[in-house]
Amino acid sequence: MAGSQWELPPELCCRPMAFVALTGLDVVYNAVHRAIWDAFCANRRADRVPISFKVLPGDHEYPKCRTKRTSYEWYIPKGILKTGWMNKHLNLVPALVVLFYELDWDDPQWKEKQSECATKVEIVRTSLQGRNTKVAVVLIQKKTPLPPGEDLVASERAQALCHSCDLSGKSLFVLPHTDHLVGYIIRLENAFYEHAQTYYYTEIRRVKSHKEFLNKTTHQLLFVRHQFKIAFFSELKQDTQNALKYYRTAYSLVHELRAHETNMLEIKTMAGFINYKICRLCFQHNTPLDAIAQFRKHIDLCKKKIGSAELAFEHSAWMSKQFQSFGELFDEAIKLGLTAIQTQNPGFYYQQAACYSQDRKQLALQLCQEVSNYITYKTHYPSPDPLDTQGAGLDFYGQRPWRQGQQSIDPPDAEKEKTGILALQIKERDVPHSELIIALLSNAVAQFKKYKCPRMKSHLMVQMGEEYYHAKDYTKALKLLDYVMCDYRTERWWGLLTAILTTALRCAYLMASIKDYVIYCMELLGRASTLKEEQKSRIEKNLIKVLTNEVPDAEPECDPSSVSAARSLWNDRMALAGSNELTIEVQDYIPFIQCKAKFQSPSFHVDQPVQLQVFLRADCPHPVSFGKLAVSLSNQEYNQWCVAEWSGQEAMSLLPGKTTCYNFSFVAKTEDVGKKIEMTGIEVMLGGDSGRCVFVSWRGAGGDAASAHEALQASRCSRRWGRNIEARQELDWDSLTMQHSTMIISRVPKISVQLSHQPPALTNEMYCIKLTVQSQEEAMAKDVKLTAGLKPGQDANLGQTTHVTLDGSKVCDDSAPSLLPDVPLGELKPGEKLEKCVYVKCVSTGPRVFLFHVAYSIDTTVEGRQIMCKCHKDETVTIETLVPFEVSVKFVSTKFEPLDRVSVDIPFLLMTDILSSSPWPLLLTSSSLQLLTVTSNTPQLQSQLQEVVLQTGECASECFCLRCPPQTNINNTVATGQYLLSWRRNSSSPDSPLIQTIVSLPHVVLEMVPLYIHADLPSFGRVRESLPVRYHIENRTALVQEVEMAVEPSDAFMFSGLKQVRLRILPSSEQEMLYNYYPLMAGYQTLPQLNISLPRCPTFSTQALKRFLPQRIFVKPQGRQLDDASIAAA
Amino acid sequence: MAVCIAVIAKENYPLYIRSVPTQNELKFHYTVHTSLDVVEEKISAVGKALGDQRELYLGLLYPTEDYKVYGYVTNSKVKFVIVVDSSNTSLRDNEIRSMFRKLHNSFTDVMCNPFHNPGDTIQSKAFDGIVSGMMVQTA
Repeated sequence: MAGSQWELPPELCCRPMAFVALTGLDVVYNAVHRAIWDAFCANRRADRVPISFKVLPGDHEYPKCRTKRTSYEWYIPKGILKTGWMNKHLNLVPALVVLFYELDWDDPQWKEKQSECATKVEIVRTSLQGRNTKVAVVLIQKKTPLPPGEDLVASERAQALCHSCDLSGKSLFVLPHTDHLVGYIIRLENAFYEHAQTYYYTEIRRVKSHKEFLNKTTHQLLFVRHQFKIAFFSELKQDTQNALKYYRTAYSLVHELRAHETNMLEIKTMAGFINYKICRLCFQHNTPLDAIAQFRKHIDLCKKKIGSAELAFEHSAWMSKQFQSFGELFDEAIKLGLTAIQTQNPGFYYQQAACYSQDRKQLALQLCQEVSNYITYKTHYPSPDPLDTQGAGLDFYGQRPWRQGQQSIDPPDAEKEKTGILALQIKERDVPHSELIIALLSNAVAQFKKYKCPRMKSHLMVQMGEEYYHAKDYTKALKLLDYVMCDYRTERWWGLLTAILTTALRCAYLMASIKDYVIYCMELLGRASTLKEEQKSRIEKNLIKVLTNEVPDAEPECDPSSVSAARSLWNDRMALAGSNELTIEVQDYIPFIQCKAKFQSPSFHVDQPVQLQVFLRADCPHPVSFGKLAVSLSNQEYNQWCVAEWSGQEAMSLLPGKTTCYNFSFVAKTEDVGKKIEMTGIEVMLGGDSGRCVFVSWRGAGGDAASAHEALQASRCSRRWGRNIEARQELDWDSLTMQHSTMIISRVPKISVQLSHQPPALTNEMYCIKLTVQSQEEAMAKDVKLTAGLKPGQDANLGQTTHVTLDGSKVCDDSAPSLLPDVPLGELKPGEKLEKCVYVKCVSTGPRVFLFHVAYSIDTTVEGRQIMCKCHKDETVTIETLVPFEVSVKFVSTKFEPLDRVSVDIPFLLMTDILSSSPWPLLLTSSSLQLLTVTSNTPQLQSQLQEVVLQTGECASECFCLRCPPQTNINNTVATGQYLLSWRRNSSSPDSPLIQTIVSLPHVVLEMVPLYIHADLPSFGRVRESLPVRYHIENRTALVQEVEMAVEPSDAFMFSGLKQVRLRILPSSEQEMLYNYYPLMAGYQTLPQLNISLPRCPTFSTQALKRFLPQRIFVKPQGRQLDDASIAAA
Repeated sequence: MAVCIAVIAKENYPLYIRSVPTQNELKFHYTVHTSLDVVEEKISAVGKALGDQRELYLGLLYPTEDYKVYGYVTNSKVKFVIVVDSSNTSLRDNEIRSMFRKLHNSFTDVMCNPFHNPGDTIQSKAFDGIVSGMMVQTA
């Protein structure tokens, strides 16, 4: 992989961990050893100490240690950092070598084993000659050890073993091979970790100690190298804080190096490495802002360090890598819990990386083009290969293979330098740049998607699409471009849309994809395109070529080799017969033909022709002609009427910028009355039968992705009102509104429906509404039907209390419906009149809406077509219902005093008042009483109201004398019966039915009186003439009643009779008392008071009896006699 | 001084966009368009917090390697975007603010023109002049 030159080495990117080598383990054949090894390396989670273990044979050869330099005086370093150094300390030179050895304390062959162990330790030591690597011994034992100090043999033998192996006590471990293996292993590795830390500490000290021998003039490189090494050892020691500190120092030192063209790459490479380490540690320390700041500083410092101009693409490649690896670090940190934001996320770094990769591609193209201009790769690739290092790789990072280790400013060999650069340029030519760019862009897209940047995402996808285009993967390019195009279209960024469409058109051309080619052409010719007129003209010519089955001209700026390939593709396509028809849905594009259609009116009567207009307008620079225009409607039967076809004489063509209108009309079917007719689509056929047919199709009534906004702008536009008359002649396209549907409504009826009635209605009456239907049709109205009654949709209770009938001869009952549907009325000749009475009975008061619906059918002709239309006319009327009269009923005593209770077997009066509230005169025909409990006091009860006419506000009264029979149970209130009234309007005909109104009589409370008294007296008296008064006193009880009776004196009367008497009255018998009163004064006079008391019944008072007795009497003056002396004397 | 100045409608389509003619115009269109992501995000974040008491100046939207993009949103949600060269360190926040203010004033004048239909692209010469004054002068 050519890009790998710029990849960061894996040993740089990994997390450094202490390296511990395990020897003496036979992991292949020894199950115990295998188990131990597994315990070390399996399940290394974060809570275990960071060590990388490796099993090595006991006699493994470790890298040789070079002899230590005692003086740096004559030493000139050859480079900054050796390529093998990091790997050496990560994987080759251990911090600790552990020797595993099977030996129990009580081993019978202790001596022999002890010396064998010592030998093994010695072998390891020898191979580590000169290194500070520690050695430790682990005894694998079968027995569980006793607690320390108890096993004397063990401690003694341990000491002996340490002595013979030259080990300190701390480096000897025992690993009992028992149940708790993992626990022991964890304790062991913790101990190893401590040893490793000590090792790295000493290494750091060792490197630091070199510093005093260095001088700034010749050993600049070493300053960087040493700081880097210290930092790296600190990392191995897991001291990341110090590591960061040393890396930072190293970073500033690397920029202090004298930079020139020959070592620029080395400096940048090392700066990149150190920067990577710093950023990585900053993210690890959860200080992302430090990481970003460091990265920015790094980029600012290095941006301008391009190095050799012939290899400028290398700088871009390196920059790209810097951004990419920072993006990856950032992304990794996010996965570990860091939160990024919209304006600071890895996407920006990937994007920038892609950007530099694009630069690299550009530079490579430029620089390598020059190369290929005078040589070709195969023959002139320099030989011997200046990049060949005999399989050994480079010694130092970032150096040129043809002059490794040289640190002088001028290249020693100009010829070598030239061939080296040439080789690199030739290599660069083969790098799949587009692939790299696309990978970076797609990384960025994924990031921006995550951080809510839809537009950035679209932009990057456009770049990806363009890159695929450059990489000649046109299918993928089109897929991406097509996907984002719609975003730019809906956001109305025409400049960007045009740019994308232009690329897409090139792709479509090079793929010879006819449909795509036509679509993009159409949109590029449209009004959203920002292309220049001559461009549009060229595109239109190409489009016409495609329509006539010719090969279009190539798009400009296409790769010449691809163009020739495309041309042959097109030729193949054109040669292919069939599949010449193409339908393009343009609703979601902005095509060069605009279409708007409308029905002339939102509704049409069925006897009118339905008219619709289609407006077409072309935005392209040259006129376009088309073969056919067709409108599809929701009822496909009408489609045949809405087609305009090229007939041969007159071409249908659209002039640029002019609106053309096509009119269609058809007759709707009578079945469609009440239905909507919608336009479902409009099609314009471009091209002809000879070439290729392209059907441009709009859904509904036309319009496209931009027209809604244009219509809105047009409606806002103030110019609409200020336009002068000439301008008005031209149709204003933007303010044309679409009307995609129309309603077919029934024919206008030519009949009159009149209602005559006398409102308001009275409750329960048979209210007559006279309906007059007169035809004004010119033909016979057939099948006339009437629907009359309560209009549906009102209060549900009204339906229950309203009854409609045609029969006015009798009062209808409750079974009559509230709405009479479809009453046939026969036929109506032209001019004929028809009358019908409808009777309505309203049981409750209040307003009601009545509907009179007259329907009929009639034959008419529309545009020569005979159709039968159904027409109807509705009349509604609101009628108020009133109560005709109020009836009030009251009980009074024979003295016309109101009664609150009725005494048994004593006559009383029933008074009824009928107060008319009807605006119309009422005729009361009769009244009657239906009595309960009480009986009439008069033998033949006769109505006093026969044939009485009541005007508004007049009142009719009746009076009945009633009595409650004696044997009535007096416990409670009793019903007294009903009062019936028969009536009708006075104005209605004599044979119209009478309405019976029933009034319930009130309940009365009954009471029993023990004593009843009534007086017989003449209706008047005369002064100084005797006035006989007879009192009847009845005992109504079953007991003998003793009655005391006294007459009080009065100024107006003299009287004779018993003034005071005490008497006894037997049960149910009557005592008669006779008094002769002799009036003294004329006028209304109070009769002498009669005081009656019942000594045996003290509750009974005189007052109770007094209501039965007359209080006053009228006394006439003395009659004048002619022979009266006094008068004569006068 | 600015290298690109744009006025974006409430519905996010461009009303006016001008860039230094010597450079890739399309690239500036893309820069302005992508900056709307940040503008939208900032508007919605502010809308929740403060209601109508809003700072019109949005500040630096996002830095790219080569340019700094600043944003400003009027109360009627019309956006102004100014793109400045990253190397131009002489411009302070205050100067950017005053540029936006000038732009806003001139935009208000355009809107006050009874012959201008709001929502149409801006074709005012006076506005053009103000914008030219703020652009990097190319000899």
